[in-house]
Amino acid sequence: MTPVAPTFFFYFLSTVAVLGAILVITRRNPVHSALSLIITLLALAGLYLMLYAPFVAGVQIILYAGGIMVLFLFVIMLVNIEQAQREYVFNHQWHVGVAAGLALGAMLLFVYQKGSAIFPLKPAAPPEPMNTQQVGMVLFQSYLLPFEIASLLLLVAIVGAVVMAKKRV
Amino acid sequence: MAPIGTLHYLVVAAALFIIGTIGVITRRNVVVILMSIELILNAVNLNLVAFSRLYNLNGQVFAIFIITDAAAEAAVGLGIIIAFFRNKETVNVDDVDLLKW
Repeated sequence: MTPVAPTFFFYFLSTVAVLGAILVITRRNPVHSALSLIITLLALAGLYLMLYAPFVAGVQIILYAGGIMVLFLFVIMLVNIEQAQREYVFNHQWHVGVAAGLALGAMLLFVYQKGSAIFPLKPAAPPEPMNTQQVGMVLFQSYLLPFEIASLLLLVAIVGAVVMAKKRV
Repeated sequence: MAPIGTLHYLVVAAALFIIGTIGVITRRNVVVILMSIELILNAVNLNLVAFSRLYNLNGQVFAIFIITDAAAEAAVGLGIIIAFFRNKETVNVDDVDLLKW
């Protein structure tokens, strides 16, 4: 009997992700957009789990949905004015924007359809039982310099954000 | 139904990328534009992790670095929004026209 659970979960999670993304760009209230983005991020974490990447899924939930989106919601609470919700949602060139986006999407789908023969039907690598350990080994052996540069980047971002957001005395 | 291969994940990532791009071009609220940029970054992450399944772990490591970069960029971008909002009391991106002729 063919397994039906991976197919069902893939279509369910990808539908939730795409629907959440469409809600992000179409809601008038930015708080609703932020909550829809959280739903999209959680669906993407589920898709990472299906791709046998549990560490990236955990990092996505903790950092992205639990850190970055909370920061977004704080800033929305700081800059949300009621008058902005009564104006237009889309700007004047939304026709051209949607047309250009759909043209880009058509080009991407054309490239995927033309080159679909180069992907092996079954994924080659077996699922790893020790994914977190192996990601840690790769991070600290092959990618040690980008790891340290990333921490330096975070320090620069913290200092920059504090300097820009504090009151001028 | 066909078994779920790499191409399915790439199509989902392309859809998220297109929706994020349309959100950046079309919306007026600058916080929603930043959230659409996060959508684009997540589409790229999905692409990387999908390809990492076929090859080695480099895709997942790069995805972790992208998440870190997205955090830093969101913090700095939101700091800029707060600083601008303090001066001009608007989050409409059409009103950021101090350098216009």
